Amino acid sequence: MITGYRRPTAGTQPEYLFPRYASTVKRAPTQPLVMLPQTETELTGPVFGYGEVKRGDHDLTRQHAGDPIGERIIVSGRVLDENGRPVPNTLVEIWQANSAGRYPHRVDQHDAPTDPNFTGAGRALTDKRGHYRFVTIRPGEYPWRNHYNAWRPAHIHFSLFGQAFVQRLVTQMYFPGDPLLAEDPMYNCVPDERARQRLISTLDWETTLPEIALGYRFDIVLRGPEETPMENRKR
Amino acid sequence: MSLHTTTSQTVGPYLHIGLTWLITENLAPAGVPGERISIGGRVLDGDGKPVNDALVEIWQADSRGNYGGKRFRGFGRSATDEDGAFRFHTIKPGRVPGPGSSMHGQLQAPHILVQVFMRGQLKQLVSRIYFPGEPSNAQDPVLARVPAARRATLIAVKRGKKGVLEWNVILQGRNETVFFDC
Repeated sequence: MITGYRRPTAGTQPEYLFPRYASTVKRAPTQPLVMLPQTETELTGPVFGYGEVKRGDHDLTRQHAGDPIGERIIVSGRVLDENGRPVPNTLVEIWQANSAGRYPHRVDQHDAPTDPNFTGAGRALTDKRGHYRFVTIRPGEYPWRNHYNAWRPAHIHFSLFGQAFVQRLVTQMYFPGDPLLAEDPMYNCVPDERARQRLISTLDWETTLPEIALGYRFDIVLRGPEETPMENRKR
Repeated sequence: MSLHTTTSQTVGPYLHIGLTWLITENLAPAGVPGERISIGGRVLDGDGKPVNDALVEIWQADSRGNYGGKRFRGFGRSATDEDGAFRFHTIKPGRVPGPGSSMHGQLQAPHILVQVFMRGQLKQLVSRIYFPGEPSNAQDPVLARVPAARRATLIAVKRGKKGVLEWNVILQGRNETVFFDC
């Protein structure tokens, strides 16, 4: 039985208040957080299945009548916990801008074309070894109003559930060699440089399909169960 | 082997594109046993303005205090509207074991776990909803850790008809909701 999940390593998770990302200023709690013991409530979580996730939901290039504009890519990886164990059968939700850097969303007024053949949402369940795979197009960069001449690097949003509600994680995947990363408040929200670099996917020849699509690999780590002395004795 | 949890990032302003397909505001279809309740509220920022781009998720036990049952999954997801409002129609959860071993742990008062995601937050907020007029609140091991003056922010308020409850997410200021680190 899992009795608890480990605390994050210092410097690898953001604080709520991070003034470089201006919207945090009016939305971050000002009172101290209260330590919540991990009880059955926190150590359990919802399970999703193929009743909800349909077979084609992982392919964002096949959701409309035609092909979306842009560079087709394959994004895949493994979901592991901090102990290196795969997280099987867990829901992965993604969303992203189209190749021109535009979201089909009422709030997005960026002067770039929408694409009738691209909505930008997908979902998948990990297999028993924790693997997931999406087919999509490479998202474009786009401006935002955080500071003067602010541009978001190309990114894909990821939402994961894991097996306990304390493992719930929302993150963003970036692309290797993007010069906008250095200026991006989101990417730079934690002091640990290696933690930041783990948000960047790697070009992956193993999943690249010749003449069809480049593959990018993005492994995701969720909080890991404490290894209790009792568990060690059992092994 | 020890890896590090991937760094959390904001859902941003376009979260609806990826996350509204799983909106679940009615958790308890007809036939699920338990006391029917509706819980609604608003998410308000440091200026008291409604947050119209938040996602509120809840996780709760069934009426007998069991998690993840076949007939009642216990997961809800609601996106706030222009008034910052969210809502859930569900059943009142039963009591579940407290911290420590489930065999020896003291029971907790009925509660619902809440996670809130929004633009302007690099990681989700965690809170809990408790029920008004519930005698077991006085012995709840989690409420006991919350400074007494702030406990009321975790307890829903009765509104009008039977079973209708209000619980708000006040991000800053006087009456700021208690958020947890877990």
